[in-house]
Amino acid sequence: MPEYTLRIRRYDPQSGEAAYWEDHTVEMGAKQSVLDAILKIKDDTDGSIGIRCSCQQAICGSCGVRMNGKPGLACNTHLDEAAERGHGTGWNPGLAAGAEAEELGGEREDVIAVEPMGNMPVIRDLIVDMDAVHWKKIQRVTPWLINKEPVPEREYIVPHENMVDVTQTMACIQCGACVSDCLSMEVDPGFIGPAALSKAYRFVGDPRDAEPKERLKDLSEDEHGIYDCTHCFNCIDACPKGVDPMSQIMRLRRRAGDEYHINDRNNGNRHERAFVTLVRDYGLLHEAELLPRSYGGDSWFGKFHPAAAGELLSSMPSAIPAVMRGKISPKLAALGHKIPKQDLKSVQEIYKQVDDPEHEVELNLYVTGYEDETPEHSPHDDEPDDHPGETVGAEEREAPAESSVPEPEEDER
Amino acid sequence: MKVAYWPGCVSRGFTPELHGSMAKVAPLLDIELVELDRAACCGAGVIAEHNQELADTLNARTFALAQQTDGELMMNICSTCQGAQSECQERLDANTDYREHVNTHLSEEGLKYEKGLTNKNFLWLLVEDFGLDELRSRVKRPLTDLRVGPFYGCYIVRPVDRLGIDDEHPRDRYLHQLIEALGGTVVDYAGVYKCCGFPIITMNKEASLTQAGRHVGDAIDAEADCLVVPCPLCHLNLDLQQPVAAKVVGRELGLPILHLPQLVGLALGLSPKELGMNKHIVRPTSVIDWSTSVVAAA
Repeated sequence: MPEYTLRIRRYDPQSGEAAYWEDHTVEMGAKQSVLDAILKIKDDTDGSIGIRCSCQQAICGSCGVRMNGKPGLACNTHLDEAAERGHGTGWNPGLAAGAEAEELGGEREDVIAVEPMGNMPVIRDLIVDMDAVHWKKIQRVTPWLINKEPVPEREYIVPHENMVDVTQTMACIQCGACVSDCLSMEVDPGFIGPAALSKAYRFVGDPRDAEPKERLKDLSEDEHGIYDCTHCFNCIDACPKGVDPMSQIMRLRRRAGDEYHINDRNNGNRHERAFVTLVRDYGLLHEAELLPRSYGGDSWFGKFHPAAAGELLSSMPSAIPAVMRGKISPKLAALGHKIPKQDLKSVQEIYKQVDDPEHEVELNLYVTGYEDETPEHSPHDDEPDDHPGETVGAEEREAPAESSVPEPEEDER
Repeated sequence: MKVAYWPGCVSRGFTPELHGSMAKVAPLLDIELVELDRAACCGAGVIAEHNQELADTLNARTFALAQQTDGELMMNICSTCQGAQSECQERLDANTDYREHVNTHLSEEGLKYEKGLTNKNFLWLLVEDFGLDELRSRVKRPLTDLRVGPFYGCYIVRPVDRLGIDDEHPRDRYLHQLIEALGGTVVDYAGVYKCCGFPIITMNKEASLTQAGRHVGDAIDAEADCLVVPCPLCHLNLDLQQPVAAKVVGRELGLPILHLPQLVGLALGLSPKELGMNKHIVRPTSVIDWSTSVVAAA
């Protein structure tokens, strides 16, 4: 049986001592879980290790931890996977330690560093204070249905496609893995965050809810709301349930802007509209116009708005040297750059056909899945080998009864 | 090799030194660039946040234009373009009905996107197609003693499934491998895979620049001489905004930030000025000092 070293981060805030790493070696099957290993260590060697767990089947969401730098559930992470994991993450203490052993002339060890989740205070060892951060944020988004009046005598009749639309967010088990590695929250602890905002979409997207507009207005106007997400994709890779929190935040933005035209004070919607309009008018991004319009409003006059003036002044320390050093040419700043006329016309024709909120098409791959058994959509399409990991999750999900994609004819207007 | 080359908007806008240095470096690597000058902005995730189908259609048009060239594949020089385009391509390739629907909007121009385009960032192309051994053989001025911190940018490392990152394609280690192949020393620091903060610069400037300032500060603490970024948007927050970020995080910074082709160009023997480093906001003094000391030694 393979041998694994678990390097567990021990910390008791009440002891007054600093946190430290403690190594435990276990002999266990590669397909046993990290939680199995921790529970075995607790039984055999040290009962004082603190970890929260219950169902051991990836349903209760209690055992969220960081394993080799990546957050997830200890109960559904195999030991061999945990020893290898770390793609797309930063510091990987386990891999570093394993490599170190090899460098010192020994054999390469399989070291799994297990730490408490980030962005939340540690209560003890691997247990974090979910109440202080995660649950507080969940409560912030009014996580219940506000009934539409009048309440029908019997059940509400809800269109199938609407419920399919919110299923993805309903898969959340509140484990906090996404909160742990949220890079916006790392610098702005007030950020409502990926888990709570996904929960918000669950109700914004529910046709039985009476106040989607008020919810969206609240979440747009809050400086720690939907426009505080920095689009780093960490929550997507963190989530053990495929909730795709960042995409839910983008859908909240889409609804706030397109459906309810909420012009928030954080410049979120103005920035989005300015970006979209500039690409329509130039084919390329006109950076020098984007900034003032994001602050002042989506027109050429935006820069003369008082809200834009202050911001523009404050960016002068960067802008002046940029012009002086030839980084930003005054001509480009004034006129922008455009694609050739004929192509710009084609782009504008695409806008005419597609940029219409009434007939917008949205493809949710969580719902529709990938149509191929073999992952031909793989980014390595020049290579014949298959990467079964590419579509994990999606291919396991049942295809919905109906496709959300319209027949091509339908849209030819 | 010949590639359909998508430079993106910012490399021809606020970071002209990126587009310029790529043009200088390509011939030294026998890469022929067929520029996609008719294509539109990738949307940087912002157009998709407004209307997914619009972003998918604009990028399908770009892909179709790339497929019309005789380039072996499509190459970009911007992490954000890579991520935004990979996201659109994932949807287009996953569903025939949807792809055909999107293609109806391109038919007037006689364009059609055929599933299965290969679109790679310059970094991926260097490692996977050009090869690091070949690159090593062309190095004229090894980056000896230059301590370089990699900064990938979110869009090129996550989500790992969509971007095809796995044990066979450890694309999240390519910058590390590249720095070593060029003879430099990799500096590991906390910010390697973190966000530069640029996407929220207009929405929450303080949070945005705290991110930029913190990562630059961490790299300085790890004794980096410079950072290298494959993303011009990261460059804007890390270089153009660095003086402001320094005020936000309350410490002195002043770390040169290099675009990927600039770092490669340095090792291939080009001068910092030829690579447009004089256009940076943070003067790349340490890098220039290094390059002159190497020249002097040689």
